[in-house]
Amino acid sequence: MTGTNGERVGRRRFLGYVLAAPTLVTAAEFGLAPVAASAPAPASGAQLPSPDITDVIDLNDMMTLAALPTSGLISVEVNQDGTVSFALPRAEVGQGITTSTAMLIAEELSVPLDRVRVTLADARLELVFNQLTGGSNTTFATYTPIRVAAAIARRRLLDAAATELGSAVTDLTLDTGVITDRSGRSVDIGALAEKAASTRNQQVPVELTARANFTVIGKPHNRIDALAAVTGRKKFAMDLDVPDAKPTMVCRAPTINGTVRSVANLGEVRAMPGVTDVVVISTGVAVRAETFGQCVDGVRALRVTWKPGTAEGKSDDIVLRELERAELPLGLPSPMPTVEAKFTFFFRGNSALEPNCAVADVRADRAEIWSSLKSPIVAKQTLAAKLGLPPSRVTVHVVEGGGSFGRKLFFDAALEAAEVSQKVGRPVKLMWHRADDSRQGRTHPMATSRVRASYLGDTVLGYHQRHTSVATDLGHGLGEIITATAAQLPVGDIGFSETFFQLSQTMSYNFGISTRLLSETDKGFNTGSMRNVYSPDVTCARELIVDQLAARMGKNPYRFRRDFLRDERSRAVLDKVAEVGQWGRAMPAGTAQGIAFHAEYKAVSAALIEIDCRPETVNRPIRDGVTGPRVTKVVFAVDVGLAVNPRGLEAQMMGCISDGIALALTSSLHLRDGYFLEASWDNYFYTRQWNTPPDLQIIVMPSTSENPGGAGELGVAASMAAVACAYGRATGTMPTSFPINHGTLSFTPKPTVPPIPPSPTDGLEHAR
Amino acid sequence: MPEHTFRVNGEQVTVDVADDVRLLWVLRDILGITGPKYGCGINVCKACTSHLNSTAVNPCAIPVSDLEPTDEVTTIEGLPATVGQELHPMQQAWLDHDVAQCGYCQPGQIMAAVALVRRIAAEGRAITDADLDGLRNICRCGTYFRIREAIKAGARNM
Ligand code: FES
Ligand code: FES
Repeated sequence: MTGTNGERVGRRRFLGYVLAAPTLVTAAEFGLAPVAASAPAPASGAQLPSPDITDVIDLNDMMTLAALPTSGLISVEVNQDGTVSFALPRAEVGQGITTSTAMLIAEELSVPLDRVRVTLADARLELVFNQLTGGSNTTFATYTPIRVAAAIARRRLLDAAATELGSAVTDLTLDTGVITDRSGRSVDIGALAEKAASTRNQQVPVELTARANFTVIGKPHNRIDALAAVTGRKKFAMDLDVPDAKPTMVCRAPTINGTVRSVANLGEVRAMPGVTDVVVISTGVAVRAETFGQCVDGVRALRVTWKPGTAEGKSDDIVLRELERAELPLGLPSPMPTVEAKFTFFFRGNSALEPNCAVADVRADRAEIWSSLKSPIVAKQTLAAKLGLPPSRVTVHVVEGGGSFGRKLFFDAALEAAEVSQKVGRPVKLMWHRADDSRQGRTHPMATSRVRASYLGDTVLGYHQRHTSVATDLGHGLGEIITATAAQLPVGDIGFSETFFQLSQTMSYNFGISTRLLSETDKGFNTGSMRNVYSPDVTCARELIVDQLAARMGKNPYRFRRDFLRDERSRAVLDKVAEVGQWGRAMPAGTAQGIAFHAEYKAVSAALIEIDCRPETVNRPIRDGVTGPRVTKVVFAVDVGLAVNPRGLEAQMMGCISDGIALALTSSLHLRDGYFLEASWDNYFYTRQWNTPPDLQIIVMPSTSENPGGAGELGVAASMAAVACAYGRATGTMPTSFPINHGTLSFTPKPTVPPIPPSPTDGLEHAR
Repeated sequence: MPEHTFRVNGEQVTVDVADDVRLLWVLRDILGITGPKYGCGINVCKACTSHLNSTAVNPCAIPVSDLEPTDEVTTIEGLPATVGQELHPMQQAWLDHDVAQCGYCQPGQIMAAVALVRRIAAEGRAITDADLDGLRNICRCGTYFRIREAIKAGARNM
């Protein structure tokens, strides 16, 4: 059977449920997955194909597969005031998924976007693998089930309206939340919320709207939480008013993961103004007080003797040698001409602007936790075990987060808050000082990437990459998913880091025989999967080598990539940035363009960057900031298959570009004697206004698929790589160490004892 | 404990707290005004930016005892009232440009932007790229480009 747009209608038919409830509640199984995107078109032209495991299965497929055996339902509820509620089992941390989710519901239910209320679901154990926000998987995994539930609600409402108005369903239209019959009589869906409800659970089939008929999906929409954000009404964990949950901070060791040996002045600090409790916990000494300011004073006053940490005595150089020892061989040198290089990527912080924080109210027989959590089920299980409570007695609320970048996959602050609350017997509002967040918080691990490519004439014969990294901690649920599914994957018996690595990386070029391997070492650091995980470093190394290959073959970087990319969709984004960014235009000495490509999450992306490396730009003065080369222009093209909200997608790419610039040029952590020197934002040089490209164009390509790919992290890799390539072309030297300014320490490190800096008193002098 | 009296968002308030507690914590922990955010506590991230008598300040660096009874503190919550509207033109520009991602930095960004535009207007000139480069507020979600666009638009309506 063929629909109007040539698509089989059968592919749009799904089963969902009407649930027994006082008002209309419809549901669908989470495992309902869209039909997997088809494999890329076969290699074209004379280049040697590189068969790739991600042609068969990628990380997104695996996460969606992991969901199949579970039967957790997600449900849409129609309320009597005409609003529609949905509790999203994911974490909103800035990526805009509450907005895109509301759009899916608005589309299938024909209600205005502002009538859809999306909240974040508490931890739901029965969802098993299905409540993890990561791998840019949210939209991909929820796209179908949310629409199915909404479409069933629409049908039920139309049926109820038919009875109410005495009309045939076929004579009714549902538009902006109002159902109207031919004679013009109408009823709001709110008035039907009870009548459309069911007294028993029943399974019903439903057909989804065809893509050609979408009126909401695929159109740009502003965020539904924007008003709350700009008025200060948006509530983050530390803004919650939980009775008696008083400010709490922790005095931490001067070195990474050091622990308390003894405290000399507990009594003295307990007597300080505002302080209510001081207790030793597994990670330091917690101070609870009337205000966070008094916590800062208490933490600074503590005199603690510490046991060594897990990276004692280590510095950048030592870790680099560890990495060298862990490197896997690249194999015998090729008899053909080769390009080969080794790249170094230093530690980077993945702090969000909202520091690690959580509210905890732990009683003898129950506990309640509030925090921004991307893996709330694992958090709940871990918290229950730590507190000695059954999981059913632990309630975990997922609060909207002030950024994540991988940080909120972990629940370090929730564990601490629970521990402190249990010890003091009262609720706490626990927050890490920025210095804690920077020095003891999770990092993107230091890594090296060795690449060798061999070629002959105009053909690339082989491409081999050996990525060696300080171990990335994936023990937050994604690990469990991989462990549970790895056995079914065609990757053999490898650990889950390697599985993750293999599934998240793709060889996008026809480079003949291609291999990539990950080797990890040293578990002594607090690491995590920072936005886009391995891809920025791996892609940056690859794209720099691609530029070298192009030079050897006498082709320009754009032309070379075009000739070797494996499919039309990839070439289309590359062509787009070259055209809009006027690839090859004449530029002054010391400035240059760079171009790069990256594919992941069933999406493709390309970036064209212009950089200014002239001394007058590099050395422009900024107080307490790193200036360096300026990215003056970015053109970025992205094809995610189907972009649910193009404006949101543009926003994500903009953020990814800011990240890519920082990773290439300015942001890193310096490890010295077992601790990171960086203690705040005046030490850690994330992109600032003075590093922001004044000219930025993001192009969302027309939809090339029925299904949305991932978007939240996609843009980091191509951005970082294009900045690196542009820098290499502007300076005439390929950069091999990132960020490029890591060798220069641009600040005076703050002391480690006390572990947090004093609160300044000169604020009035800086009024502007 | 000492009492401190000053004005917040148009209302006189008196708080009973030690002299050296910074204004940020008086606002957030005692008065429950949570628009100003903590991002560093040492006046470098600018997430807490608010206004004191119409200029931008960072309450994480102001001991509450520095305030006089006539001092007017304006946080993001009180910004619309300064123009007698539901939303300040800068907030509207932020909505029009869909600036916010996680939103954590945005109250501080908007307060800094309003003060910047006022300062430039007082100098009798138009806002430049260099002025925008001088803004120090961190946005870890990387919304800088839309912030620049929104400030230019907001300035036109201020
Ligand atoms: S918290 Fe005040 S400037 Fe960072
Ligand atoms: S919007 Fe998230 S820090 Fe700025």
